Amino acid sequence: MQYKSQAVAMPYFIAAIGLFVGQIIFGLIMGLQYVVGDFLFPEIPFNVARMVHTNLLIVWLLFGFMGAAYYLVPEEAETELYSPKLALAMFWIFLIAGALTIVGYLLVPYSTLASMTGNDILATMGREFLEQPLITKIGIVVVALAFLFNITMTMLKGRKTVISIVLLLGLWGLAIFFLFSFYNPTNLVRDKFYWWWVVHLWVEGVWELIMAAMLAFVLIKVTGVDREVIEKWLYVIITMALVSGIIGTGHHYFWIGTPEYWQWWGSIFSSLEPIPFFAMTVFAFNMVNRRRREHPNKAAVLWALGTGVMAFLGAGVWGFLHTLAPVNYYTHGSQITAAHGHMAFYGAYVMVVITMISYAMPILRGRAANSTKAQVVEMWSFWLMTIAMVFITLFLTAAGILQVWLQRVSDTPMSFMATQDQLTLFFWMREWAGVMFFIGLLTYLASFFIKGEAKGVKA
Amino acid sequence: MSGIFTKSMARNIFYGGTVFFFLLFLALTFDTERELPNRDNRAAITPAVAAGKHVWEVNNCLGCHTLLGEGAYFAPELGNVYTRRGGDFIKAWIQAMPTGAPGRRQMPQFNLTEEELDNLVEFFKYTAEINTANWPPNIEG
Repeated sequence: MQYKSQAVAMPYFIAAIGLFVGQIIFGLIMGLQYVVGDFLFPEIPFNVARMVHTNLLIVWLLFGFMGAAYYLVPEEAETELYSPKLALAMFWIFLIAGALTIVGYLLVPYSTLASMTGNDILATMGREFLEQPLITKIGIVVVALAFLFNITMTMLKGRKTVISIVLLLGLWGLAIFFLFSFYNPTNLVRDKFYWWWVVHLWVEGVWELIMAAMLAFVLIKVTGVDREVIEKWLYVIITMALVSGIIGTGHHYFWIGTPEYWQWWGSIFSSLEPIPFFAMTVFAFNMVNRRRREHPNKAAVLWALGTGVMAFLGAGVWGFLHTLAPVNYYTHGSQITAAHGHMAFYGAYVMVVITMISYAMPILRGRAANSTKAQVVEMWSFWLMTIAMVFITLFLTAAGILQVWLQRVSDTPMSFMATQDQLTLFFWMREWAGVMFFIGLLTYLASFFIKGEAKGVKA
Repeated sequence: MSGIFTKSMARNIFYGGTVFFFLLFLALTFDTERELPNRDNRAAITPAVAAGKHVWEVNNCLGCHTLLGEGAYFAPELGNVYTRRGGDFIKAWIQAMPTGAPGRRQMPQFNLTEEELDNLVEFFKYTAEINTANWPPNIEG
């Protein structure tokens, strides 16, 4: 690596992968509970497993983003990190706070956890994805501010590239919109309205900046294409992302008590949301085709191309599938939503973090790329996980179509639980696809331990 | 993308576009806030409803159920449960959990007090009367 302090990225990446494993284990538990309802009840009720599954996802992606920033910003700014010590301290604080929160979910009834952690002073808990106790939320803000301070100071003392500016805009946006998680009005409609300012403006807004910046960085490194070209693409992509995504928030404002004009705003602007993802795919393939050198890290190139394609399919195509108000009227809050959520998160954010890890980790371990043997195993894990995720999405989509038909479209609608019984076959198939994903993940882990002749001692 | 279209043009369009659409979003938010009193059933928010929402939150009900279509998809929609089942049924159901039926999805026993149950029902009643543009399509949610 070019700067000593980039090494702080390593523990972040390791923690991210470790938590990823935990996330998938809880995903498998939930998938099984869909068909064997009393599995692990009452020890791990579904709601607890789900909270662990989604919160681990968010936390490990944040670890991934932070690790990526600690690796990327010094290299872009051409200077050492402002304070490696602060970065390391924040790593441990975040890891311990995160672990304690998960342990709290698993060992203490949620209502007890709420009263133990100050939820009666300021009630913020019990809302999807924002289930964290108040003290954890405050901890996230503290860690985020320290991280942003560190990264911003690094950039200010060095070269300010478009990639690091865009990355920082995304990360600052992430921190700022998280503040809405502290706002929980009694009025349910307003509660939901501003809840989306965290959730939507994260994943369909500022996170796309982070994603595009990370992708652009890796593409510059592995293709050697001129920075000017890549940076122009980057601006175009994030312009389309925010122009479509900000008003696109409206696709969440169809049926929650908000004015009905949102059905127009939301439908039209969110129909445009696939465009930036499509552009990312074209961008990635274009840059790789125009590459000026053969980077020895083939696995990283594969992940970079894959994230473009899968983000477009998951976020773009599967998002568009149910984003128009007349369609969403039937699909809102069904397994269709779950199908989209899985492929979008995997394709966009999981894969871009793995792209970054795939590129940076060998360098952090003192070589340009892993041995061919290790790379082959890593590429196997790419295909196993990616194909498994395609199947998970297809089976959930099938379940969703059937659910919508039986429960919502039919003249003689079935009850929710009677409908669920009819979906059992698809839920079983989803679970087996989940097992395949887990095998892919274990393969990915194994790829880190495969020796062989490493390529290039220095990047 | 080369020649006439320069990086600084791309940058200016990014900042200009973002600021414009964020301001538009704020304007729509402002208008939404103005319209909400006609739709969000705020007149029905009593201390009991507020307490019921708290019960809803601290028991992580959204971890299995949806409420106005948002939440988890493991258990029935509850935004309209008051209309579908009525208050007495809701209370009796929660108190009877878990069913213990082998292989079936189980809802935990939350040990709610009589007052908490009443507040939760009040919260569901308030929720059921929010104007959701006719969603869900039918009573089954």
